[in-house]
Amino acid sequence: MNADSEKLRITADDIRRTTFNAINHAGGGHYGGSLSISEILACLYFGVMNVDPENPDDPDRDRFVLSKGHAGPALYTTLALRGYFPVEDLKQIDKPLSNFPKHVDRLKLKGIEVSTGPLGQGFSISCGMAIGLQKFGRPGRIYALLGDGELNSGQVWETVMTAAKYRLGNLVAIVDRNGCQIDGETDDVMPLEPLAPKFAAFGWGVQEIDGHDVAAILEALRQAQSITAEPQVIIARTVKGRGVSFMEGRYEWHSGQVSEEQARQASAELGAV
Amino acid sequence: MTNRTLASTREAAGKAILDLAREGRDIIAVSADTSKSMFTTLLLDEFPERFIDTGIAEQNMMMVAAGAAATGKIAFAASYSVFTSMRCCEQLRTFVAYPKLNVNVLAGIGGFSAGIEGPTHVATEDLGIMRCIAGMTVLSPADAEATKRAVHAAVDIEGPVYIRVGRDSSPVLFDDSYPFTVGLPNLLREGNDVTLVASGIILSEVIAAADLLAEDGVGCDVIDLHTVKPVLHPEVILDSARKTGVVVTVEDHNVIGGSGTVVAEILAGHGEFILRRLGLDNTFGETGTPEELTRKYGLDALSIKATVRNLIDKT
Repeated sequence: MNADSEKLRITADDIRRTTFNAINHAGGGHYGGSLSISEILACLYFGVMNVDPENPDDPDRDRFVLSKGHAGPALYTTLALRGYFPVEDLKQIDKPLSNFPKHVDRLKLKGIEVSTGPLGQGFSISCGMAIGLQKFGRPGRIYALLGDGELNSGQVWETVMTAAKYRLGNLVAIVDRNGCQIDGETDDVMPLEPLAPKFAAFGWGVQEIDGHDVAAILEALRQAQSITAEPQVIIARTVKGRGVSFMEGRYEWHSGQVSEEQARQASAELGAV
Repeated sequence: MTNRTLASTREAAGKAILDLAREGRDIIAVSADTSKSMFTTLLLDEFPERFIDTGIAEQNMMMVAAGAAATGKIAFAASYSVFTSMRCCEQLRTFVAYPKLNVNVLAGIGGFSAGIEGPTHVATEDLGIMRCIAGMTVLSPADAEATKRAVHAAVDIEGPVYIRVGRDSSPVLFDDSYPFTVGLPNLLREGNDVTLVASGIILSEVIAAADLLAEDGVGCDVIDLHTVKPVLHPEVILDSARKTGVVVTVEDHNVIGGSGTVVAEILAGHGEFILRRLGLDNTFGETGTPEELTRKYGLDALSIKATVRNLIDKT
């Protein structure tokens, strides 16, 4: 592992630990799908994306859309660590009338590009953003992070077709393929496989990677950046609840609340701050 | 002011979008296999880079428009009103209106103008549904000139605007002297006996009814409620109602939620008035030409006249 990757791995651990603490402080929430995306967020915000917390409205910035908006605490944490606002502010998550609602809100915080939550929507908006930039010669890229359960929604596939039609080479979708959704495992609720050939058949470039391997994520993102003729999807194989042994791979931890004992155990596993 | 020439309001909307692009406004129009019927082909032909077609996928159409707006574009989403108000309802509410994006919805073949398509295509709830959404501006222009003015006004309004337009050609009521200020109802003519309020294409029947009533010596205030929401100057309606004491609203829409409801909300708590709301009384439309449906539901000039005479004779 080179120095870049090692640094990102440490950042990902920091995002995961801080996200867990932030959800705990809020009294519980979407642990599973927030903990599965730490490496992806680290590689985007600390690796490849052209963003500047000091100039968050730069028209030529890259834009990240959390289509799986329920992972808000993970994005808030990443933005805080990246310097958009103090880490201390994460204590406001879910607090009454705060700027940190469970699902992210573009009206409340700089750095949130799109208000999301209801699934299947952020990806469509990402497509419109990619069109708004590409067709007018702007350099920014759009990175959309989708949950795999979200792919049940028909509108996702409407977007897949539209992005292919307009050859949106500035659009990168990342699927958090953790295999779990609220009611059960994705294979039981609504089978998605074979997923990579589906995207490929629609005209997308497809990469499948280990979504917890920062070197693999970085390489995939750089590969996606190098292709401008077609939209790119990275299917990131991840583990729901990654880093907390009693949550890992368990759909029951889509959302919930930990006991004091569980919190102590999880903190030990994630490493003390 | 009134003459017998005809023009399509949806075509007027398409031309207005093209005009805006020619003026250098940063327009992008999104269609759902509806570019020909909504006349966004006019934009496509001259500014192809400013036109997107998502195919028969209205929800995606609306969200692509939202995304374009999020990058600073002035977005239009153009399809039929049954889809723009209902299939895309959550998209409009949560992802356009809430984040205050500049998405302007052209809602085609609205109300009875869609009649020959059958009840599945006749949206008679759209204005009410849109009115319930916070931050949504709802416009229902009465003719081609009013539509042009509505489209031009919409692009400078913060947040989304829903503009209901028709299908076939409808009477031209106004010329370029038409006063159009969002939120300000137009008092088109004045009389002392009854207040008539309407929005959209059906206004032509109301004006004709006022002509018939004038022949009988009944004077009508005729109010053009081109802005269904927000009504920033309710005093136009209130002052008229105080003068006449009798108010009749006319709409090719369910009487729940549309312009009749708007007027009722304005009058409530301000005195005693006779209010009669003409429209669809909690029912769906039927198949028929706009003229046939207008007669069927008692919204043609002769029926409006009869309703007014009946109300006045009782008072």
